[in-house]
Amino acid sequence: MPNLDTAFSALADPTRRAILARLASGEATVMELAEPFEITQPAISRHLKVLEGAGLIARRIQGTRRPCRLAPDGVAEIDQWLAMLRDALAKNYDRLDEVLAAMKPEEREDVR
Amino acid sequence: MSKMTIQTDGDKHVVVTRRFAAPPEAVYRAHTEPRLIQKWLLGPDGWTMPVCVNEARPGGKIRYEWTDGKGGGFHLTGEYLELVPFSRIVHVERMHLPDPTPDNHVEARFEQDATGTLMTMRMTLPDAETRAAMLATGMEQGMEASYARLEAII
Repeated sequence: MPNLDTAFSALADPTRRAILARLASGEATVMELAEPFEITQPAISRHLKVLEGAGLIARRIQGTRRPCRLAPDGVAEIDQWLAMLRDALAKNYDRLDEVLAAMKPEEREDVR
Repeated sequence: MSKMTIQTDGDKHVVVTRRFAAPPEAVYRAHTEPRLIQKWLLGPDGWTMPVCVNEARPGGKIRYEWTDGKGGGFHLTGEYLELVPFSRIVHVERMHLPDPTPDNHVEARFEQDATGTLMTMRMTLPDAETRAAMLATGMEQGMEASYARLEAII
């Protein structure tokens, strides 16, 4: 189970978010991941280490290569987390819709 | 209706957008007048806000106290930094659980759009760890609401 504090820290970096976006379309090697970025492979490897530590990606060994893929559990948990905050806020704003609807007649009176 | 968005931005921001079918003046008033705030800023079903202090002027105080009516509750305090009727509100706030959480700097903008108002609320937390903790608090509230709905069904 990923640590959510670590996961959110890992997501704080734009390069790491771009790496995750790339991995969403399938497994990739360090070389493939480094290609679109103007940074070195060791730098990419450091980012991958952070993502792996946060439980957001997994790596397997294939000969001398260690291709990366998204760890579905880690990503799903962050999604779920945001979804729950969304629920709590959405409920407030649905109530606000009702408050605003009730305010309208009063405002028309104000204008007169 | 899915008209709300919530996104993390950078390492310490959370940005919420929502459209309302009312003019910016009404949305602004619903965020600054206690008798209106007490009707909607409640979180899970069953919670109420018996105490609502909202001094809508720069330096003015904010104090919201919530209760679940069963002995549970917490409160929030804050201060206004800037108000531009009816388009912009900037304030800082913290929850007391009962220890105070780090300050959350909140900028809300209300813009007229074709059908009413687009609200963009940008929260800035001191760091990534605090943001994670705040999102976790939101999760607890969401879960509380889910359990409440479940109780209503079974």
